[in-house]
Amino acid sequence: MTAAGTLGVRPVRASLLRRIKADYFATPLNAVVSLLCIAAIIAIVVPIVRWALIDAHFAGTTRADCTGSGACWVFVKARFGQFMYGFYPPAERWRVNLAAVLMIAAAVLSFWPGLPRRALAVPLIWAGFLVIATWLLSGGAGLTRVETRQWGGLMLTVFLSVYAGALAVPLGILLALGRQSELPVIRLVATIFIEFWRGVPIITVIFLASLLLPLVMPAGWDIDRLVRALVGLAFVIAAYMAEAVRGGLQAIPKGQAEAASAQGLGYWQTTGLVVLPQALRISMPAMTNEFIALVKNTSLVSIVSIFDLLGIAQASLADPAWVGMNMEAYAFAGTVYWLICFGLSRWSRHLEAGRKTTH
Amino acid sequence: MTRYFYDKRVREIFWQAALLAGLAGTIILIVRNASQNMVNAGMASGFDFLWRTSGIDVSFVLTAYTPDANILALLWVGVANTLVITFVAAIAATLLGFVVGIARLSPNKLLAGLAGAYIEFVRNIPLLFFVLFWYFGVIAALPGPRQSIGFFAVAFLNNRGLTIPVPTDGTAFRIAALVVLAGFVAQAAIAVWAKRRRDATGLIFPVWASGLALFIALPALAFGIAAALSSWDVPALRGFNYRGGFVLVPEFVALFAALATYTAGFIAEIVRGGIQSVVKGQWEAAYALGLRPNRALSLIVIPQAMRVMVPPLTSQYLNVLKNSSFGAAIAFPELVSLFVGSALTNTGQAIEIIAITLAIYLALGLAVSGFMNWYNARTRLVTR
Repeated sequence: MTAAGTLGVRPVRASLLRRIKADYFATPLNAVVSLLCIAAIIAIVVPIVRWALIDAHFAGTTRADCTGSGACWVFVKARFGQFMYGFYPPAERWRVNLAAVLMIAAAVLSFWPGLPRRALAVPLIWAGFLVIATWLLSGGAGLTRVETRQWGGLMLTVFLSVYAGALAVPLGILLALGRQSELPVIRLVATIFIEFWRGVPIITVIFLASLLLPLVMPAGWDIDRLVRALVGLAFVIAAYMAEAVRGGLQAIPKGQAEAASAQGLGYWQTTGLVVLPQALRISMPAMTNEFIALVKNTSLVSIVSIFDLLGIAQASLADPAWVGMNMEAYAFAGTVYWLICFGLSRWSRHLEAGRKTTH
Repeated sequence: MTRYFYDKRVREIFWQAALLAGLAGTIILIVRNASQNMVNAGMASGFDFLWRTSGIDVSFVLTAYTPDANILALLWVGVANTLVITFVAAIAATLLGFVVGIARLSPNKLLAGLAGAYIEFVRNIPLLFFVLFWYFGVIAALPGPRQSIGFFAVAFLNNRGLTIPVPTDGTAFRIAALVVLAGFVAQAAIAVWAKRRRDATGLIFPVWASGLALFIALPALAFGIAAALSSWDVPALRGFNYRGGFVLVPEFVALFAALATYTAGFIAEIVRGGIQSVVKGQWEAAYALGLRPNRALSLIVIPQAMRVMVPPLTSQYLNVLKNSSFGAAIAFPELVSLFVGSALTNTGQAIEIIAITLAIYLALGLAVSGFMNWYNARTRLVTR
């Protein structure tokens, strides 16, 4: 800190040129580093901008409309419906949109500060949303049935993440409590469950779920392909969620639980009213990070021929009418994933910052 | 009766017994259903299939496997390929991750910004995206063998993979590997001995110096001598393709590039967090106690930074091991794609094959996980 700064006197603002010189070209080494960085930025940004914007083709409907070396966004335009909804019947796509709107509403509502009885209201809101969304997406009771085989694209990525997350959060909380339990058998069972699912690759779990789940069901029972993948994903994510919650539980001083016991509260009252509300607030950023990992890992369902966003982008490359569209498909899918995950991670950081100021 | 109902110990035993009974019931139900279904479907069971001839052709083999060998040998090919890709990708990711993580903390905002952009780019996109991108987007778009990209005229990169020179006789390298291993054991022994002596007498032995010698100088020397003594099979262009050398198949190159660049983004954040976690006051307090800078670093700062860095680093290496299974998406012959893919299709014994695969990953992973929990318990700040 400069002398002027310590005295609380505003230093005279140096001219822009001077500041650039001081920040980036103060020493010869610093100057070399800066120049190399500028060269690297130019080498990366210029070709991308040229390919994606300047030389790109936006107008048209077929492969023949793309002539130059730039990106052919006509392809993405032609495939947009599939990338978003998979093979969901176009006439029924309003149902997906409605479910998405409801999901956003549920998310906003559960983080609204004025929500009464939060501990009860948030699980109820999401349980209600899941019931309505399941009805909207799969149909029945007045709506045309849409098989899960027809789901796909971004819609599948989003709803698979939300369903798996909704199963994983309560299961993860129970597992974390079990792992911290004083009862040895419960602690052992929870620990084995958590370490088992954390120790194996998600691909093997998805294979396990889609190959073995039908085998362990009573003869004649058939489980939907998507539900199998969902159960597999939910178990793995629950184990990771449990570790995120355990971090929060460990951060709560023992005195809190002891004080609650001294008031005459039993285990579930102590946990539900005193420990968990504090622990979950601490765990929220870590749990959001696990949710980001879940969104990214849903892409693995394409291994068992369920076409999520990445799966459908990859599958679209096989279309003989659109040869050589690899870069366009990857650029589109990558950008969408990036926007979702980056948004979530910013939000997680915002939660973390908010926590610091409230305590 | 009510006396027992309210007795805390009776209730504890009751709940635990109930959990065990529930688990046992579920397992019995699953086993009964599975055996019933298998009888109905006429599926075979047992582990005899491991000794059957595999007949599966594998594109990337490091063991003595041929399609005439049995399925157990195929399993070892998968395990070996998984371990090799994990090992090389973890090393590359660590190097890249440390460079990016330190660059992130650079006072030069351009450099820090570039590193930050890299981190945010790779962390927010699925790994499967990078695997597919490198395989279908980059490697497939490389020129053919005749227009290969050469590295010092001994290694060649083209759309059929990376051709590297190999020694014609591996004996010198095997001896070198043994020497290096002996060096690692010696370093561990020196560290234990030095700590005992320091606890007993207060004398300090420069463990880092012997570590530097045994971990970096000795391997470099041993492998350098082995490389100089061996004769090399250097790839050369014959007709339309390279002959000689060893071909790292495109799947290997793509999976390696994806794993290394992706994991590096996570390691960079760990490195940054570790360095930032040690507050300046720790340095100042160490100086106030009369420690010299190198002692302050090795006794005060590094142990605290490591407490922050080692558990997440270990878990990243564990992630590389598990994520090597993404090779299945591009048919790189690692454990999942060879065993859960090819072998399962040939034999149809899903339960056995998936059980073996999970057991192998667990055995490798639980060792690391157990170490992490032990480390966490030992270094956690204890309240009261």
